[in-house]
Amino acid sequence: MSVPSSSVAALRERFGDAILRHAVLSGDSIVYVQPDRSHEILAWLRDDPGQRFDYLTDVTAVEYRDAERPLEIVWQLRSLDRKADLRVKAELDKAAPLEVDTVCDLWKGANWLEREVFDMFGVQFRGHPDLRRILMWETYSEGYPLRKDFPLRGHLSRAEQTRQALAANPEAHYSLEELSIAEAFHELPDDVRERLRHGDRGKVR
Amino acid sequence: MGLTTAAASNQATISGQSPNWVTARLSDLINWSRTRSLWPMPFGTACCAIEFMATAASRYDLARFGMERQAFSPRQADVLICAGRLPFKLAPVIRRVWDQMPQPKWSISMGACASSGGIFDNYAMVQGIDTIIPVDVYVPGCPPRPEGLLYGILLLQKKIMGESLTDQQLRVERTVGPDGLFLPPSYIDEVSEPFGNSIHQTRSA
Repeated sequence: MSVPSSSVAALRERFGDAILRHAVLSGDSIVYVQPDRSHEILAWLRDDPGQRFDYLTDVTAVEYRDAERPLEIVWQLRSLDRKADLRVKAELDKAAPLEVDTVCDLWKGANWLEREVFDMFGVQFRGHPDLRRILMWETYSEGYPLRKDFPLRGHLSRAEQTRQALAANPEAHYSLEELSIAEAFHELPDDVRERLRHGDRGKVR
Repeated sequence: MGLTTAAASNQATISGQSPNWVTARLSDLINWSRTRSLWPMPFGTACCAIEFMATAASRYDLARFGMERQAFSPRQADVLICAGRLPFKLAPVIRRVWDQMPQPKWSISMGACASSGGIFDNYAMVQGIDTIIPVDVYVPGCPPRPEGLLYGILLLQKKIMGESLTDQQLRVERTVGPDGLFLPPSYIDEVSEPFGNSIHQTRSA
């Protein structure tokens, strides 16, 4: 099973140089694309009648142990109609700021997936509506835990970690929607609504 | 005689008495009644919670020991049972739950992770809930079998039977101090040191 997906040839024909290379691994086709054209390519994969990748299975990132290798952003696509899968990757130079376009406008489900990648790897998603930490608490100050230069136990001492954790005010870190009282939003005073809209995030004391 | 002395010095409460025959008999009675009606507040975060559920279900039947009612409100609970690992993100939550429980209250740390961090010697995990709240009984195991938890509960009952009404330190709330910690930082760092196999972990920095 080393035959690449038909999408690979279609992508090469449509986008030419923006498709850097492709590989087939265990029957799965992997396409490497230019990071700055990723949004355009993913939009075409979703909308083209021959592709119809209507379901975004996952957005994640990979950092390899070898320091010289770039950090990869991975979009795992699925076409529910065609019963076909495609993995799209973009390589980001670690020396430059880690930035890539959001795909929230294409698949709404990308919202939390991209927040997780931001939380764990520090990748900025341009145009993301609400890019903040999702697994770690929002005032978490030690960096991005899944990066290879992040020590397993974190940067701070256990006592300092405990102090910051106890100082966190979890209730201040969730939007009204997440607290499931969204229906009461319009009955709140203006200043409270404004505070919640901007997110009263609390501070590390 | 103890009673009149105390009345003279304006200490009209039992806990103000010096130990005597009356307070000892009263302690026995009150401790006996407390041990037979411990209401557990389950704080289940992981696989230990599954064993806790097994303990509470018909085969092992926690109700035999006076724990008929699971108090899912901390305000009506006597024993906090932390069943499972505690991430730093949950540290302020369990602290809040503990602070909401009225005296008299006790806590059981169920399993290796709650007691010491267990296999999770990493950036996200509290290295033993005793750095967050006071703990009365530690139950070892990964996870402990229901018999193990029951033994821990029997130990707690034994401990309660040994309490004295005249001991003024027993019911003192041990809150988070002005430095934002419940224990001195040096103590937290010391108990969080790697031990056993975890000192051989490979780590990036």
